[in-house]
Formats: sequence, structure tokens, C-alpha cells
Amino acid sequence: MVSSSPNTLHTAYDSKIEGNVIVTRVDAAINWMRKNSLWPMPMGLACCAIELMATASSRFDISRFGMEVMRFSPRQADVLIVSGTVTYKMALAVKRVWDQMPEPKWCIAMGACASSGGMYRSYAVLQGIDKLIPVDVYISGCPPRPEALIEGLMKLQTKIESEHSTLDQKRSLIEEVV
Amino acid sequence: MSVTADVTTLQSFFGEKVWETLEFRGEHTVRVELASLHALLKKCRDDLGYELILDISSIDHFGEDPRFEMVYEIATLDDSKHLRVKAKVAEDESVPSITDIWLGADWHEREVWDMMGIPFTGHPNMKRILMWEGYPFFPLRKDFPLAGRPSDMPDVAFTGVAPLEGGPFVTCAGGEDVARREPRAQVVK
Repeated sequence: MVSSSPNTLHTAYDSKIEGNVIVTRVDAAINWMRKNSLWPMPMGLACCAIELMATASSRFDISRFGMEVMRFSPRQADVLIVSGTVTYKMALAVKRVWDQMPEPKWCIAMGACASSGGMYRSYAVLQGIDKLIPVDVYISGCPPRPEALIEGLMKLQTKIESEHSTLDQKRSLIEEVV
Repeated sequence: MSVTADVTTLQSFFGEKVWETLEFRGEHTVRVELASLHALLKKCRDDLGYELILDISSIDHFGEDPRFEMVYEIATLDDSKHLRVKAKVAEDESVPSITDIWLGADWHEREVWDMMGIPFTGHPNMKRILMWEGYPFFPLRKDFPLAGRPSDMPDVAFTGVAPLEGGPFVTCAGGEDVARREPRAQVVK
């Protein structure tokens, strides 16, 4: 909105720019950028991965939320979607992928197996990926429908909105300096 | 030749070493002593035309002696004949590998070693197939708990115990009726 008033009192500001300026906090701006461009790292381990693929495909299309850039390198990803049964043989590999992701990073446990081991109460299966890495969103279902995954990703967006992206960093910086 | 004729041939050829032959609903089983197992399977392949190894599995008769039993499922390529061969194995015995007869036996025997802990002699690559090298247990043995046992190999893998209480597949053995044996069952009146 460019100001249409011909007689502007405060000539210190360029009126043409003034209407195009948005005032916000750095935190809010950064969070807004982060949540609308979540790059997922697919960790497809079982049948949940099929639903994950469907979610990324044209019918459900998570590019509507800015999440279509599936990265198969953990170094370029923001959110790890653990979709499927995590066996003990695979567990440390998942942890390694998580460790390679740069901060800030989030994790989604998709489906019953990734959340709690699901129906696999046995010697071979890790009873929930949260025993190894911190999980932000759990999605129920066996497997969850793509709509459920989208709901989970939107929940994650809501969570990112309320995070302190720079506030904590600033505080630690001040503590360091002082 | 039919399977019945094959069983008769094996019986006359190996004599006392064939302990028992069984027929159940058209399925034929030959039980043989362990020392003659390899020779019997070789005869099946070379002279009787069983060109295919379908499966190798093992049974844990916990509390009995000998404890284990090997089960071989063999068939002809056109699937016209199907024979099952069984042999008992004691805990301190090892089984002769049949990879020299059927190459396909390789992974089956590795699985038997990995899950049941029955060792094989003459196998070209005798190592675990599903669990990692260094895992201390054999999970399909009867004395291994369903919930698992804790183990840890740094930088390779670890295992924990899965809680079974309240989980699926937990039943109370010896209950009077189905509803008591399966606490999660819905009783329809």
C-alpha cells in the first residue's frame, strides 16, 4: 500500500517505502521462513514409507505446504520422518542419519512402529525411535493415511511457530560476552 | 516314479539308518539318522530327481534328547514330487552342510545357524544372516524369552527387552475357555 496522501507531514521517511515495510520480530520472521520450507529426510523402513510416498505425490501433494523437497542427504534436510519399523539392526543407522542433519532439525515418528514398536513386541524391534532420538510429533496409525501425515506436518509447523529461534542464542551470546 | 516308490527305494538302500517313514495327507516324510543325512539327500538329488531345495528349517524340542531336529523340504523342478527329510541333532553335534548338493541351501543353513544355533560343517560362508556378528543369543530357541534379552555391541547394535504386558499376542495358557485364555477377546452374548 503506497500512501496516496499528497501532503505528508513527516518527510523524514520516503512515503513510497513506508507503506511496504512490515514490522516484526526476528524470531517470528525466521520461524515463518522455517515452517514454510521444511525439507524432509525420508527414513522409509516399512509400509509407512508407501504412505509417505503417496503424501509426496500429486494426489495429496505436500508441496502445498512447502515440504516437497525430499532430500536423500541428511545434510540438506530439516525434518526426519521415521516411517516404519525400526529394528535394532537399523537403529544406529537411523541415529547416524539424525546426527548428520544440521540444526535446527525436527523429527516425526510416523505410525505405530516408529512411535512405540507397534505390534512388534519382540527381540528384534526397537520399542519406539524416541529411545534414541528426540521426537517432535507422533502420528498414530498402522500405517497412517497421508492426511494424517499432513496433519502431523502441520502440527510441526505450529510447533515451529512458537519456538525461540534466535532468542535463546542471543541470551547465550550475552552470557558469553558478559 | 512316485514319492511312495522313492521312499521304498531309500528304505531299501539305507536300511536301518532310515528310522521312520510317514505319510500324512499325501505328504511324505523320511526320518534318517544324522550320519546318513548327507548321503540320503545326495541320493535324492542324483538318482531320484529332486532338483530343488525348497526350505531348510529346524525345530527345538526343548527338554528332549537329542534337542534339535533339522527339516529339509525337497521337490522336483516340475513340482510333481515333494519329500520331507528330518534328522535329529543333539546340542553338541554339528550338521553336514548340503551346499555341495544344492547351492540354494547356503542362506537357509545360515538362517538355521543364526536363529537356532545349530552349527554346520563344510559350509563356505558360515556366519549370521539376520542378526549381527557378535549377537550373543539364538532367538528362536525355546529358552529364549519372546520379549528378548538385553545386549550391547558398541557402534554396531544394541538390543533391549520389549514389555509384553498389555501387548498383542499375550494369552493366558491353561484358561478354561477362549475368553479366559485371550483376555483381549470380546465376548459376544
